[in-house]
This record gives sequence, structure tokens and C-alpha cells, in this order.
Amino acid sequence: MKNINFLFLAITLFLASCGGDKTETTGTETPATAATTTISVKGSDTVLPVSQKEAEEFMKANAGSAITVVGGGSGTGITALMDNSTDVCMSSRELKTDEKLKFQGKAIEVKEVVIGYDALSVIVHPENKVAQLTREQLEKIFTGEIKNWKEVGGADAQIVAYSRESSSGTYEFFKEHVMDKKNYATNVLNMPATGAIVQSISQTKGAIGYVGLAYLTEGVKAISVSYDAGKTFVAPSVEGAKDKSYPIARAMYYFYDAKNEAKVKSFVDYVMSDAGQKNVADAGYVPVK
Amino acid sequence: MRIRRFTEPVFESLIKICGYSSGFVVLLIIVFLFKEGISFFGSSPVEEGFTMYVHASNPVKDLSAAQIKDVFDQKITNWKALGGADQPIERFSLDELGEAFTEEQLGKDFEFLPKCIDSYMDSLPGSLAFFPSAQTDGKVKSAVPIKIDKITVGKFLSDTEWFPTSRPAARMGVMPLLLGTLLVSFFAIIIALPLGLAAAVYLAEIADERVRKFLKPVIELLAGIPSVVYGFFGLVVIVPLVQSTFNLPVGETALAGSIVLAIMALPTIITVSEDALRTTPRAMKEASLALGASQWQTIRKVVVPYASSGITAAAILGIGRAIGETMAALMVTGNSAIMPPTLLQPVRTIPATIAAELGEAPFGGLHFQALFALGCLLFIITLIISLLVERVSAKRIN
Repeated sequence: MKNINFLFLAITLFLASCGGDKTETTGTETPATAATTTISVKGSDTVLPVSQKEAEEFMKANAGSAITVVGGGSGTGITALMDNSTDVCMSSRELKTDEKLKFQGKAIEVKEVVIGYDALSVIVHPENKVAQLTREQLEKIFTGEIKNWKEVGGADAQIVAYSRESSSGTYEFFKEHVMDKKNYATNVLNMPATGAIVQSISQTKGAIGYVGLAYLTEGVKAISVSYDAGKTFVAPSVEGAKDKSYPIARAMYYFYDAKNEAKVKSFVDYVMSDAGQKNVADAGYVPVK
Repeated sequence: MRIRRFTEPVFESLIKICGYSSGFVVLLIIVFLFKEGISFFGSSPVEEGFTMYVHASNPVKDLSAAQIKDVFDQKITNWKALGGADQPIERFSLDELGEAFTEEQLGKDFEFLPKCIDSYMDSLPGSLAFFPSAQTDGKVKSAVPIKIDKITVGKFLSDTEWFPTSRPAARMGVMPLLLGTLLVSFFAIIIALPLGLAAAVYLAEIADERVRKFLKPVIELLAGIPSVVYGFFGLVVIVPLVQSTFNLPVGETALAGSIVLAIMALPTIITVSEDALRTTPRAMKEASLALGASQWQTIRKVVVPYASSGITAAAILGIGRAIGETMAALMVTGNSAIMPPTLLQPVRTIPATIAAELGEAPFGGLHFQALFALGCLLFIITLIISLLVERVSAKRIN
């Protein structure tokens, strides 16, 4: 009985300490909300590093402004914009038709700004002979139809496909634009972070995976892809993403309510300015201009 | 003296209140967990607010979630495979609608949407369509809603595919996750228990005082290392090691997970069982030695049996740590939900699934509830394990 009492005491103390943490964080947030202009930015984890950098620089240049940037995924940001719980929504994809329907149902006119581009590179182990693949081959590799590298002109070795977790916008983008909306095979390995994919592919000979252009390192080899059944192969590059010759590229968007335009304009304008676009390039993405 | 008489009951009741209130909080958490988890069963695998339609003339009137997934993965392309007429299946959703009609035809505020769907469906007798119910309910004459099997406890446990974000119908079969979790934890404990027990016996009986004073804090320090650090260590050291030792195409396997979890469970097992071993009365040990038993015989016949309930407790705590471990499992096991998992293949565990997916699952949605149901399952597993072991250790004492 003594032991149980002690256990309860320990749990209570633990819970109390958790509660303490919480009040502390809300405490630090209060001064931020008290500043003159506050803009909340929420959504895609792909766009998150860019927005954080932009917000930092913007706040440095405009004293008294406060911008809170929160991730959570494109879907989360779009839902928040519908509920009016965020001013700007970051997204790594366009609005879906059903989302447009929902916005229309709530009488919200959504303004859309493309702030930059992100190119996905398909990567393999550096010792892999295969240097190019068509979209159809990539689809078959990730749906589990092609299982051996010799089927696509490589050595006789099993293909180990790496993907992001299903919560990632990149997972959805790859599924929609490379895999013709088919589901991934069950034996595809799901990694919790892009860094983990790069690490695993650099140490696995038969590996293939996809990462953002910014994550390319010496330890992995990016391959060229073809979207016209093998006529032309394009290697991923910033230029290719800019002039749209590289096919697996996507725009990064800011969405906001047209009624809120006056409030968010200064920030959005800053992001589209030369200084703001330089931040996009610094974060490893492709600027619009 | 008088003060003590006054303060003692106050402290006693304070501690009691703390105890009851924290017990109440634990109960609340369980109620919350099960409330969310149970509402998952009986719901439709199709996204909320959406309905699936077939052409009114189609003889197929109900489909399972597995069949729908195969249709949208283009594995099934003819209605004949689903018991219908011999005609190709046309997949049709809002995305295709955007391609088939201009924005003008749909209307600025989508007011002509139901009409467009209606005419499109009418022209395609082989279509399988997926649209928001609010836009189509009762407005589309040429199509009828199709019946889709509801999610039941039995199906949840026995289905072998985990595709919670698959559209239009999610596949939520927990079997591969459950087997993966049990496999990884079982082998983790198989590795950790002998090692941990040996280390505990060494510390409690054989090591001299100076070695013990140095080793014990070091082992306890291991318990304080964040699990993400273990995960990273596993990814960079254990995974390549497993890969090269067994000459595998991929190193992120159940075995790598078991090894990392075993290392993580070691400090708990060692400290708890060492404490248990040290409770053996000196008189018993000396009696054994006086009868001529060697030190090894004394350990085997007197010390370990005396501490057996404590050692079992150590094993449960170790299993608890292994089954519930999230971050390290997420990083080293590869997270493929495949059936049937072997030790040298990637697996996906339940905690890793919850951690990886809860962030993006829409609050209150089907996927969100499914993850809570997974949490309930995990809770039930640990409850069963601790009840079982409690029984076993109670028997031994008697």
C-alpha cells in the first residue's frame, strides 16, 4: 500500500511538473501577441524552413511585428485557414477541388501566391550503375512490380525502396505525380525524416528513394528521370525546376483570406521581394524570380 | 509532540488526496483513450462526407474496402472480377471532373457540379465514382450509392493491410503492426534478459565494492539517455552491422530494432533485478556456503530463486519499455507494414505508427480514431502481460 501511495505521489508530481511547463510556454507567448502586427503562418513542413527564415528576417527589419510560424502539414494549414485560426497557410500543393468547395461553402475567397519551387530528386546508392529511369519504371518500383535492379538495366540485386511516412506532403506528392495515384507497396520502407532516407540510402547498395533538392549530399547519387517514356532524361537541378524542364517539381504556396489582405500584405510582399527570394534560395529551394 | 499530532493527519490526508486524484487522472486518460478508440468501430472506411457511387444499371451493389483499393490501384480493371458485367471500370472523382469539364461548365460557385456529375456518370455505365455527399445526395439521378462494409473489431484485428491514408477507402488492418510489435519486443527481451541477469548477478554477488560503486551509476546513466539518441545510434551503428553480418539488401530490420530495444531495456532489468538479488538475507547465503556449496551453487540455488519475483518484475518492466518504445523503433525498424514479418525483414510497430501518423491525421477523423484504437490495443497488451506475470510471480512466492 505504501508503495502504491508513493507511486501516486510520483505521478502527481510528474503531472504537476508538466502543467508547470505549459503555463511557462503560454507565458512567453503573451508578449508576442501583444505586439502591434501579429501574423500567424501555418501548414506544410516542406515550406516551414523557408517561412521561419522569412519570418526571422522580416521581424528583424520591422520592429514591433510578430510572426508565428507553425508546421503540421499542408492539410492542417488549409483546415486552419478554413476555421480562420491562421492568417497565412503554407502549402506544398494546390487546393483540391473538395477544399475549394469547402472554402466556397464558407464564403471565403482564397488568394494564392507561389513563393518558390521544390524539386524532388530520386536518389540511389553511389555505386549503383543505373543513372536514369522513366516515370513508369519508378511507378513500378514503388508499387512493387519491379523488384530487381537488373529489370531496369542494373546489377542483379534486390531493390530496396525508401519513402517518407504517410503524414508527409512529399509522400502524397510522389504518389500523385509519379505513381499515378497508386498505393505504395507494403514492403516500402517508411522513414520518419528526409535526413534518415539520405543516411539509409548512402549505406544500402540496392536502395532507391526521393528527397528534396536541398538534401542531396555526396553520399547518394541523383538519377535523371523521363516523363515521355524514355525520349529525354532530365537530371534534377535548380535551373530545371525553374524552367519546368525537370518534371518532378512542385510549387510552394501561401494561401490567405482576401478579407485579410491588408494585414498579411507586408509579409507576403517581403517574401516576394529580392531579399525574401534570396531566403528561399538559401533554404535550398528554387526562387520564383 | 503536540505539533506532530496535528501535522501528521494533515500530511496523511494530503498524500491521500494526491493519490486519489492522480488515480482519477489515470482513469480519465483510459476513459478518453477508449472513448475515441471505440467510436472508430462501426464507421465506414470511406472518408467522412463522401459517398461512392456506381451507375444505376450496375448489378454490383456492395464492395469491400480491399476491393476499392485494388480498383484505384488499377489491379482490378473489370467489373467481372467484382461479380458484375464484363465492362471496364472507369474511376471517377473530383480530380477527373476538373479535367473533363471547364470551370465555366462547373459554374463559378460550383452550382452546376451535380449536373455535370450526372451527365458524366450517365455516359459511363462502368464508372465507380467518389464525390462529396453534400453535392450529390439525391441530386444525381444516373447513379446509386454503393454499400461498403463497415469497420468491425474482427476486421480491424484480422486485416493484413495498413493503408490509413489510401483514398477513397482506407485500409486499416492491424495484424502486421501487431505481429511486428510482438516480434520486436519478444526478441528484445530474449536478448536483454540473460545479459541483464548476468550483469545483475555479477554486480550483486561477485563484483567487489569499488567496481560496483563505479558500474552501477554508469548503468543507471544508460537509462537516462533519450530514446532518440539510441535510435540514432541504432541507425548509424547497428543497422549497417546487421546488414553486413547477414548480407542483407537492407539493414533496417526487426533484428536491428530488437537489439536497440534490448540495449534500452538493459538498465531497467539490471538495476531492478540487482536490487532484488541483494535482498537475499546474509544468513541464508552463509548457511549455504557453510554446507559446502560453492559460490556458483549458492547463486544458482539460493540467491536467484529467492529473488525470482523481483527478477520477473524486472522482466515485465523491460518488456513494457520494449513494447511501448517509440522513437528508437521508428528509426531503425524500417516501418514497412508487411505480413508475415521475419526477424530479417523490416517491420512496423504500433507505437511507431501512432507517433509517425498522429501529426497529420485530421482531428476527430477516421484515421485519428484508428490511431486511438491502436493505442487501446497497446494498452490491452501491456495490461495482459502485467496480469500474467503478476500471477506467475505470486505462485512462486507461495
